[in-house]
Amino acid sequence: MKKKKAAGYGRQLTFWQKVYKYRVLLLMCLPAIIFFLIFSYIPMPGAYIAFTNFNYAKGIFRSQFIGLDNFKFLFTSGKITMLTRNTLLYNLAFILFGNTLQIFVAILLNEIRSKYFKKITQTLMFLPYFISAVLVGLLVYNLLNYDYGFVNSIIKALGKTPVKVYANKYIWPFILVLVNLWQQTGYGSIVYFAAIMGIDAEMVEASRVDGANAFQKIRYIILPSLKPTIIILLLFAMGGILKGNFGLFYNIIGPANSMLFPSTDIIETYVFRTMMNNFNFTQSSAVGLYQSVFGFAVVMLCNWVVKRIDSEYALF
Amino acid sequence: MITVQKNKIKLDKSDIVVKGFAYIFIALFALACLIPFILMVSTSFSTENLIRKSGFALIPKGFTTYAYELVFRNSKQLLGSYVVTIIMTGGGTLLGLFIISMTGYALQRKDFPFRNQISFYIYFTTLFSGGLVPFYLLMTKYLGLKDNYLAVFLPLLMSPWLIILMKNFIKAIPFEITESGKIDGAGDVMIFTKLILPMLKPALATIGLFLALGYWNEWYNSMLFLSASVEYRPLQYHLYKIVNEVVALKNSVAGSNVPVTSLPLETLKMAIAVVATGPIILLYPFVQRYFIAGITIGAVKG
Repeated sequence: MKKKKAAGYGRQLTFWQKVYKYRVLLLMCLPAIIFFLIFSYIPMPGAYIAFTNFNYAKGIFRSQFIGLDNFKFLFTSGKITMLTRNTLLYNLAFILFGNTLQIFVAILLNEIRSKYFKKITQTLMFLPYFISAVLVGLLVYNLLNYDYGFVNSIIKALGKTPVKVYANKYIWPFILVLVNLWQQTGYGSIVYFAAIMGIDAEMVEASRVDGANAFQKIRYIILPSLKPTIIILLLFAMGGILKGNFGLFYNIIGPANSMLFPSTDIIETYVFRTMMNNFNFTQSSAVGLYQSVFGFAVVMLCNWVVKRIDSEYALF
Repeated sequence: MITVQKNKIKLDKSDIVVKGFAYIFIALFALACLIPFILMVSTSFSTENLIRKSGFALIPKGFTTYAYELVFRNSKQLLGSYVVTIIMTGGGTLLGLFIISMTGYALQRKDFPFRNQISFYIYFTTLFSGGLVPFYLLMTKYLGLKDNYLAVFLPLLMSPWLIILMKNFIKAIPFEITESGKIDGAGDVMIFTKLILPMLKPALATIGLFLALGYWNEWYNSMLFLSASVEYRPLQYHLYKIVNEVVALKNSVAGSNVPVTSLPLETLKMAIAVVATGPIILLYPFVQRYFIAGITIGAVKG
C-alpha cells in the first residue's frame, strides 16, 4: 500500500485509508485474529461431518452426504434426551447451590474482622481452585474408594459395613455437586464479596442508628444491594447451561465405569468417548453440533433477558 | 495490623450470634477445603501395608519416605515431564500475556475504528463452535500436530475471556495517557510498551496466573493429541496416566529394582500427585494480592 497518508480529522476515510492509518493497532490484533481463525473459525464448517458418512481417508468434505441419519439414531434411542437431561440438571444444581453458597460465604466473610483469619481462610478456600481436574479425581478416589477410602475407613472404625460408592449410581449426583461446590466456592465468593464491599458504608451505619440488628442488616441492606449482581451472574451462568465441565466428570467417573453413566454421563463425556474410544466420528460430531446449536439459542435468550433488565450489562 | 479495631457501636446479641456463626462456618469450610490435601500428603508418607489394612488417614501411618525414594530413584521420566511443563508454562504465560495485552490495548482504544468488529469476531467464538470432532481432525489430519507439543501448547495461549478481562483492565487507565504520548510524538507501539504496560501490573499478575494455571494443569489436550510414543508427557497428564493405568505406574519406577508386585501403589500415586501439584500451589501466595483485586475488577463488568 503506497497510498498517501490520509490527512486526519473531519474527513471521512475510506476503508483502506483506515486500515493504513491504524495499521499498527491492527497488527497488534493480528496474532489473536489468526489464532481464533485457526482454532475456532476453521473448524466451524467442519461440523458438516455430522451430515456425512465420514471416511477418514476421503476427509470431511469428500465423504458421502447422508442427511440427518446420524441424528436419527441419537434421538430414537433416547440417548440425546438422557445426555441433555443430565447436563442441564447438573448445571442447574451447580449454578443454584453454587451461587447460594457463594453469597452465603461472602456475607459471612464480611462479618469477620480479624484480618489474619480472613486471609488464611480465604487462601485455604482458594486451594481447590488451583489444582488440576486429574488431582480432583484422585482426591475423590482417596475419600470414597471401597478398600482404603477415608470415608469407608471411618465407617469401618465405627463397626459398620463400608459402602461401595463406585457401584452406586444414585449417590453420584450428590457427590458431583458437592465436589463442584468444594472447588468453586472460594473463587466464586470473591465477586460477591467485592459487591458487598462496594455497599455504601453510611447506609449500613444509618441502619444501625435506626436500631437494625445484624440479621436485619443482612436481610434489608446487604441482600437487596446484591440483587443486580446476583441476577446478572445467574443469567450469564444460565447461558452456559448446556456446556458441561468435562474435566470434573471424566476424572471422577472415568471412561469405563458404565454402571454409573445413566446418572453421570454428560454431553462432553459422551462426545469424547464416542470419538476417542469408539472412533465414531459422525455420531460424536452429531451430538457436538446439537450442543452448539442448542447452546447458541440459550445464550441468545439469556442475553435478550439481560438486555431487558439492564442493557448496560448485555453482551451485545 | 497488630490489634483488632474495636467497633464504635456496641455489639448487641444478634451481632454476637452472626459473628460467632461466621467464624465457625468459615473455619469449618476452610478446613473441608484443606482435608483432602492433608489426606494426600499424609498418604504419600505412609507405609503401604498399613494403608491396605486400615485405609487412608489424616496422620501418616508408619511414617516413611519410601514412595518418594521410588519416585526419585528413576526420575528421568518425571524430570523430563517437569522440564516440558515448566517450559510450556513459562513460555506460554509470557507469550500469552504479550499477545493478550497487545490485543486488549488495541481493542479498548476509542479512536480505533475496527475495535467493535474485532471484539465481536473474538467474542463470537464463545457462542458457537464447530465442536470437538472438527477441532480434533483439524489438529491431527490437516495440521499434522499429532504427538507434537505444539498441539498442547498453542490452544492454551489465549481465550476470549482473558482478552476481554485485559481490555477491561486497560480501559481503567485514562485515555489522556495515550493522548499525551501521541502529542509527544510516540507511536502506538511506544505508547503501549513505555506508558501502558508498566501500569498493568495487577492485570498481568491476574491474567498471568490464569495462563500459568492453564498450562500447569493441562492434561486434556495432551490426552487428545499425545500418544504413548511421546516419552515426556506434561506433568498432569503423566499423573493422569499413573492414576489410571497400573502399567504406566510400573514403567515410571521401572529399573529401580523393585519387584512389580511389591510396588506401594497407593502411596506412590500420592507421592507423584504431591510432586506434580506442589509448585503451582506455592506460587499462589506471591500473586494473591493482585489476583483477588484482579478478578474483582474483571468480573464486575464483564
